[in-house]
Amino acid sequence: MNAASTTIVSRLTEIAGPSNVIADPAQLRAYEICGKTPGAAVRPGSSEDVAEIVKFAAAERLGIVACGARTKLDMGAPPRQYDLALDMTRLDHVAAYDPGDLTLGVEPGIPLSRLEGVLAEHGQFLPLDAPFMKRATVGGTIASGVDSPLRQFYGTARDYVLGMEFVTGDGAPAKSGGRVVKNVAGYDLHKLMIGALGTLGVITKINFRTFPLPAGARTLVVTLESARPALDLRHFVARSPLRPLTAEILSPRAAELLADDLGALSTTRWALVASFAGTPNVLERCENEMRRMAEQLGAAGFASLDEADRVLGASSRTREFVPAALKSSPAATIAKLGVVPARMQQILDAAAKAADAAELPWAALARGVGVTYFALLPSEQNPEALSRVVRATNDIVAECAALGGNATIPWCPVEWKSVLQVWGIGRGDFEQMRKLKKVFDPPGILAPGRFVGGI
Amino acid sequence: MAPTQIDSRLLHDLKKLLGRGDVLHKPDDLLLYEYDGSVDVARPDCVVFPRTAEDVVGIVRLANRYQIPLVGRGAGTGLSGGAIARQGGIITSFARMNRILEIDAENQRARVQPGVVNSDLSAAVEHLGLHFAPDPSSQKACTIGGNVSENSGGPHTLAYGVTTNHVLALEAVLPSGELVHLGGAALDSPGYDLPGLFVGSEGTLALVTEITVKLTHLPEMTKTLLAIYESVDDATETVVEITARGITPAACEMMDGWTIRAVEDYVHAGFPLDSAAILLIEVDGLREAAEYEAAEVAEVCRLHRAREVRVAQDARERDLLWKGRKNAFGAVGRLSPTYYTQDGVIPRTKLPATLRRISEVGQKYGFAIGNIFHAGDGNLHPIILFDARDPQQFRNAVAASDEIIQFCIEVGGSITGEHGVGMEKDRLMPLLFSEADLDLMRRVRDVFNPAGLLNPAKIFPTKKSCGEIHVRPVPATASGPAPA
Repeated sequence: MNAASTTIVSRLTEIAGPSNVIADPAQLRAYEICGKTPGAAVRPGSSEDVAEIVKFAAAERLGIVACGARTKLDMGAPPRQYDLALDMTRLDHVAAYDPGDLTLGVEPGIPLSRLEGVLAEHGQFLPLDAPFMKRATVGGTIASGVDSPLRQFYGTARDYVLGMEFVTGDGAPAKSGGRVVKNVAGYDLHKLMIGALGTLGVITKINFRTFPLPAGARTLVVTLESARPALDLRHFVARSPLRPLTAEILSPRAAELLADDLGALSTTRWALVASFAGTPNVLERCENEMRRMAEQLGAAGFASLDEADRVLGASSRTREFVPAALKSSPAATIAKLGVVPARMQQILDAAAKAADAAELPWAALARGVGVTYFALLPSEQNPEALSRVVRATNDIVAECAALGGNATIPWCPVEWKSVLQVWGIGRGDFEQMRKLKKVFDPPGILAPGRFVGGI
Repeated sequence: MAPTQIDSRLLHDLKKLLGRGDVLHKPDDLLLYEYDGSVDVARPDCVVFPRTAEDVVGIVRLANRYQIPLVGRGAGTGLSGGAIARQGGIITSFARMNRILEIDAENQRARVQPGVVNSDLSAAVEHLGLHFAPDPSSQKACTIGGNVSENSGGPHTLAYGVTTNHVLALEAVLPSGELVHLGGAALDSPGYDLPGLFVGSEGTLALVTEITVKLTHLPEMTKTLLAIYESVDDATETVVEITARGITPAACEMMDGWTIRAVEDYVHAGFPLDSAAILLIEVDGLREAAEYEAAEVAEVCRLHRAREVRVAQDARERDLLWKGRKNAFGAVGRLSPTYYTQDGVIPRTKLPATLRRISEVGQKYGFAIGNIFHAGDGNLHPIILFDARDPQQFRNAVAASDEIIQFCIEVGGSITGEHGVGMEKDRLMPLLFSEADLDLMRRVRDVFNPAGLLNPAKIFPTKKSCGEIHVRPVPATASGPAPA
């Protein structure tokens, strides 16, 4: 990408002010996505600024990608056209927080960690405790669609986002939903924004339902000899009256990668990490039942720890698996595999077999709800490693489809994106998605090419 | 719009497609299909009963060929006119697509046809310790297809969520006649959340022919409490403090004194006639958790001057308490030739102020207004009693209702929490959404429903909607429709 023309820079300066426009190539490198650097970056200070900028970009046909802390920009496909980075970090205010109503409205640039503090003051939290949490913004977390270990109990963002405001590709502000916990007026357009990588709109405000912090939380780690008893334990728990906050199965390598986060709970074997919330006698009951089930399955070890940070402490034990895996290999390639829970054993077996056949080290974290992160961890990034990764991922993606599931490869080296099946196998409903994209982004300037099927 | 004589060639084609017995078109046969549970009325030209998705595709193609409106319908218990053929045309009833296709207990999934009755699914999986969590008060009649269209709620949505939180995948026929599959039984289908868009689209985007839902485990223990108050403010303050203590009840329902008396007279649930408000609160989960939370809730109720707190001792007592709540609208129906139920939502800390305003509105127009609501989530169902045979009363009822809704919006709420916009509240949409917001939603509708033949004149304001409202006289003996 060439440096932005002076007309572009001067118009952006007019809208956002001189200190909020970046045109210096060295500084712009911080906004690189999959090897592409934008011609300029701009930091809007209000939703009106955002609308003005998008309107201008639409007129000039500039490709825009909105970003926050830029921790997940390497997810998805490279942008087809990337002229302008829309840095949303100045839009970082809590717009409304009504603890009594359990509702919260925030601008997208607010860091999740800061928000956590605001909510904790009122004994509340947001179950959006997803990877890259220490730096990530709320907007980036929503737009990238990353999930939290807490989805086991609280569901995903679609279950607690109440409404949004956003700017569509023609620069028009729009909204859907509202800021009350129950609302069926109009189409739930905000659900489309979650995980859309900014291809439908630039999010300018998000309304959430918040949750009261439970009295306490405890994390249990049951270590087992192989994946099978770990999954059996997951199924036992599902059939029991216990309702865990998290239920995550770790392969030995995954447990090793998370050793720091697991702390006193760390292990070198297969493990089920499950956490529970409630009063001391509820936690006691959960631990006893877990211990009983673990013994039945011949568990090798059992560890328990009360979480000072309650829900968020429990989540932090396994939350950072993806960042840890990325850091552990120069060419980490992470597939996300969704299957129904009863098929988790098969997909784990198939993925491990494919990785072993390709002689690739691997680590797996399987969430109890049926979503597995399978990381291939080559020791080098070279063509030979790529060919082995291609072979393994092709097998895994095909096997996942055969099991009625879905597979994508959200993370891999940038240079490999064009070769790997980043968005998995094409789906029947793609045509409907393409039509929606046209409605939300008529000029086609919002993160073009980043999403499923080149949307 | 006066219904036109239906094209005899269309009738012939429909009968050829479905068989004679699956097409109704005689005026007497159509009467039942003029209504839903709301106050609006419009006559369809015919009603058809598909048995398969292929039948639905055929119906959609015929509607396209003859350029005639098409409206999906479940049990007709909706409360916003969603299943009414506002501009005439073909009503597609899913009454004969009512099979549970698959129960997958291990994965807590079920695949059902749209005509399956909500409580039938829960009954079918009860022996497995599971249920379908959305529980509108009409659950013994309403269909899951209808729940999907309206994104229905119910008393237990406070903890369990509304329909959209329990739908994983849809098979649907688009207005083009194309059969599509959206979402999947596995989580996190790549791409835009199309099930999230289609659930709650009030039948304006597609006719749903199959639904994959999540099933939820029945809790180990459920505790149901009834707290009786001398003042509405005490009851609402209780609700706020329960949350402040970190408790999310499974349900938290309130009834005001006027409604209590109407209900007690009919259901005999044991509600004291001289009280100002009652809270019906349910907590559930592990035995230890339910017992602890029940004790906490009871303490909060007493701290806020509850005159009495009763805890249901067994399933029979629990059912009786819920019977009082779920039959409240039926009870009210006995008192008045017509009643009009609103579905406003407010931030629940605004409950006391909102109830005061509702009372003022009632006085201004001279109506008795009862209040039943999901206090936990601020979803109000004020019931305005009036006589629809008196045109002035009818106009006043609409005006009173609008004033209440206006107030809900002023305090940051919504015009509908679970009943939908339909043809009842389309004219109120501009109070919530700008013309640009509505235009974007219209363009989304047009992606799927470009000719507007599917469920026309719903959700979005039309210039003449005000004058089109009709009212069904409810006979004094009939039980009224039951909002969630």
